[in-house]
Amino acid sequence: MSFTPPSYQFGFADPESSRARTERGLTEATVREISALKNEPRWMLEKRLAGFAAFQAAKFPSWGPDLSKLHLDEITFFSRATDRAERTWDDVPDRIKTTFDRLGVPQAERALLAGVGAQYDSEAIYHNLKQEWQDLGVIFCDMDTAVREHPELVQKYFGTIIPATDNMFAALNTAVWSGGSFVYIPKGVKLSVPLQAYFRINANQVGQFERTIIIAEPDSYVHYVEGCSAPTYSDSALHAAVVEVFCKSESRVRYTTIQNWSNAVYNLVTKRAVADRAATMEWVDCNLGSQVTMKYPSVLLREPYSRAEILSLAIAGSGQHQDAGAKAIHLAPHTSSLITSKSVSFGSGRTSYRGIVKATKAAHHVTSKVVCDALLLNDESRSDTYPTIDIQHEDNQIEHEASVSKVGEEQLLYLQNRGLKPEVATALIVNGFMEPIVKELPMEYAVEMNRLIELEMEGSVG
Amino acid sequence: MLSLHNLSVSTADTQIITSLSLDIPTGQRVALMGPNGSGKSTLAATLAGHPDYVVTDGSMSYNGIDLLSCEPHERAQAGVFLAFQYPVSLPGVPLSQFLRIARQELDAAQGRTPLTHTDFLKLLKSSLAVVGLPVSFAQRAVNEGASGGEKKRLEMLQLLVLEPSLVIIDEIDSGLDVDALRAIGSAITNLPRTTTCLIITHYQRLLEYAPVDRVVILQNGSITSDGGPELAQTVEVSGYQQ
Repeated sequence: MSFTPPSYQFGFADPESSRARTERGLTEATVREISALKNEPRWMLEKRLAGFAAFQAAKFPSWGPDLSKLHLDEITFFSRATDRAERTWDDVPDRIKTTFDRLGVPQAERALLAGVGAQYDSEAIYHNLKQEWQDLGVIFCDMDTAVREHPELVQKYFGTIIPATDNMFAALNTAVWSGGSFVYIPKGVKLSVPLQAYFRINANQVGQFERTIIIAEPDSYVHYVEGCSAPTYSDSALHAAVVEVFCKSESRVRYTTIQNWSNAVYNLVTKRAVADRAATMEWVDCNLGSQVTMKYPSVLLREPYSRAEILSLAIAGSGQHQDAGAKAIHLAPHTSSLITSKSVSFGSGRTSYRGIVKATKAAHHVTSKVVCDALLLNDESRSDTYPTIDIQHEDNQIEHEASVSKVGEEQLLYLQNRGLKPEVATALIVNGFMEPIVKELPMEYAVEMNRLIELEMEGSVG
Repeated sequence: MLSLHNLSVSTADTQIITSLSLDIPTGQRVALMGPNGSGKSTLAATLAGHPDYVVTDGSMSYNGIDLLSCEPHERAQAGVFLAFQYPVSLPGVPLSQFLRIARQELDAAQGRTPLTHTDFLKLLKSSLAVVGLPVSFAQRAVNEGASGGEKKRLEMLQLLVLEPSLVIIDEIDSGLDVDALRAIGSAITNLPRTTTCLIITHYQRLLEYAPVDRVVILQNGSITSDGGPELAQTVEVSGYQQ
C-alpha cells in the first residue's frame, strides 16, 4: 500500500478584510486593546489581565505532542471581520455569507435546529434562537453579547471550572478570548432540538480563542453541537478554546464537536464540565484535521449519582498528531463514567489516547469503564495509549480495555472479492469501525462525517 | 470459460497444487471433490487472489482475461465470485450498504445497467427470502454475530444479489443442517443456466440438492478423476481410494 496526503474540502480562503485586528504577538497592551475594542466592563478587563499574568507565568506542557513549531509571537490574537453579531442571516455581509453557504451552515437552521451561531475569525457574526425557546427563558448568544446583556450570569460562572492558572492555553484564552457561545437553560426546560454553532478561522496566522459557557439548570436538557473548519495555509493558526459546562442536579447536557480544521491548525482546547446530583454530562468529540490536537474533555462528578459519558474519535493522517482523550474525576459516591475512544491512523499519522480516571477517598461505589480501540491503516502510522487510573477505594469497579488492530488483510480481500477497490473497501472498514460513535451524531452530521472520512481517505490506499 | 493450465501453487514453504489443468466451459456446473488437504480450498483462494497463495507455474484465465495479472477486485469485476468457507465479519458495516456499493462497483465495471435503489432493495429482499433469512439481516453488520449456518446463507445471499458469472463455492455445506442445505442447494440450482459454478465439497450430500454436470476429484494437489455426476456416488460408496 502507498499513502498520499488527504484532500481537504474546506481549504478555500476569502480575501482577508478585517475591520480591526491587533498587532502580532501578545503584550498587556494587546489585552487592553481587545477589551477596549469590545467596550467591556471593568470586571472583564480584570479577568483578562489576570489571565495574561497567568499566561506569562505559564510554561508549555512538558508532556504530549511536539509544540516547538508553534510560535506564539507570530499569531494575531484578535481579528474582527464585521462590526457586531447579526441577528438575521440577511444582515451578514455577503462575503462571509458566501463562505458559510459553502460550508452549509444556514442550511442546518433550515433543517429546524433550535438555534444557530456562527463565528468567523475572532468574533461571532450571527446568532439566532427560535422564538419559542426564547419565550421559555433559554439564552443562546455569543459570549460578547452575554457580557453586555447577562453580566451577573457571566460573572458568576466564568472561569470557575477552568481557572486561568489551569494551563497555559486556558490562561491565554482568558487573556484574549473572543466570541464563543453562551447557553443558559432554565430549570425544567428540555430542548427537543440541538443548538448549533459553527467556527471558522479565515485569516492566516490568526488565533481563535472562543469561550463557551453552558449552564443547565436542574432537570433541564440541551444538546449543543459545534463544527469547526479553517482554510489551508502553510503557516500555523492556533485554536485555543475554553469550554465550561455546568450540569445542575438531574440535568443532562450533550456537547457534540465535529472538528475538521485544516492541517496548519494547532488545536489546543480545554473542555471541562461539572455534574451535580444525578446529572449526566456527555461529550461527543470528533477530531479530524489539524496539525496537532490536544483535547481531553473532562467531567468532575462532584455529587452522588452523577454520570459522565465521553466518546472521543480521532483521525490522523500524514503530518498530524491527534492527542485526544478524556478525564473522569469522581469526587462523590455512586458516580459512574464511561469513556469510549476510537482512533484511526494512516500515512505517517499518529493518534494517542491520554486519559485519567480518578476517584477520591469520598468516592465509593464508583463504576468506570474505559474502552480504547485504535485502527492502523499501514505500518508507518502509530497509536499509543496513556491511561492513568487513580482509585482510592477497593470497592470501586474500574475496567480498562484497549485494542490496536490493523485493517485486516482478510477483510480487505473479502471486500475486494465482492468487487470493491481497496480504497473503497478501506473506507468502508474505517466507517464501520467508527460507527458506534458516528451513530451518536445528529443525522445530518453523521452523513457529513462519513463523507468527510471518505474524503480524508481518498487516495490514501492504493 | 475458465482455463487452468499446468497450475502450481505454494504457500510460504509448501507446494500444495502441482501442474493442475482444468477447463470449465460457460454454464457448466462442476463439483470439485477430494479428501481433506487435497488442495481444494487452496484452489478456491488462488482463484480469488489470496496473497498467501503464490502461483509458481502455469496460467489461469477467465473469458480470455489473465487472472494472474488481476488484483482481487479486478477478478470480481471480471465476474468471479468466491463464497468463502470462513467469511470474516465487518463490524459496523450494514449488509445492505455494503451490497449496494458492491453492486454499483460491479455494474459500473461490467457495463451493466445500474439497478435503481428500489430495484436493488427488491432484489435484496427476494434474495433474503430465497436463502431463508429475515429481512432484519439487511441492516445488521455483515456476518457480525451470525451463526455458522447464517454466515453460509449470507454468502449465498451475496452471490444472488451481485449476480457474478463464475461462482466458486467453498465447502458451503460443512456444518449445515438439512433445511439450510436444501435452501442453499435450491438457490444454486436456480442460478441462471449461463452461470458457471465450481462447487467444492467433501460430500455428495449437497449435490442431491444442487445437481452438477461434472465431478472432478482432486488428490494431493492433482486431478485424479474427471467424469459425470455418477462419480460423486462412487466416491460416496467407496471413498477416494481407487
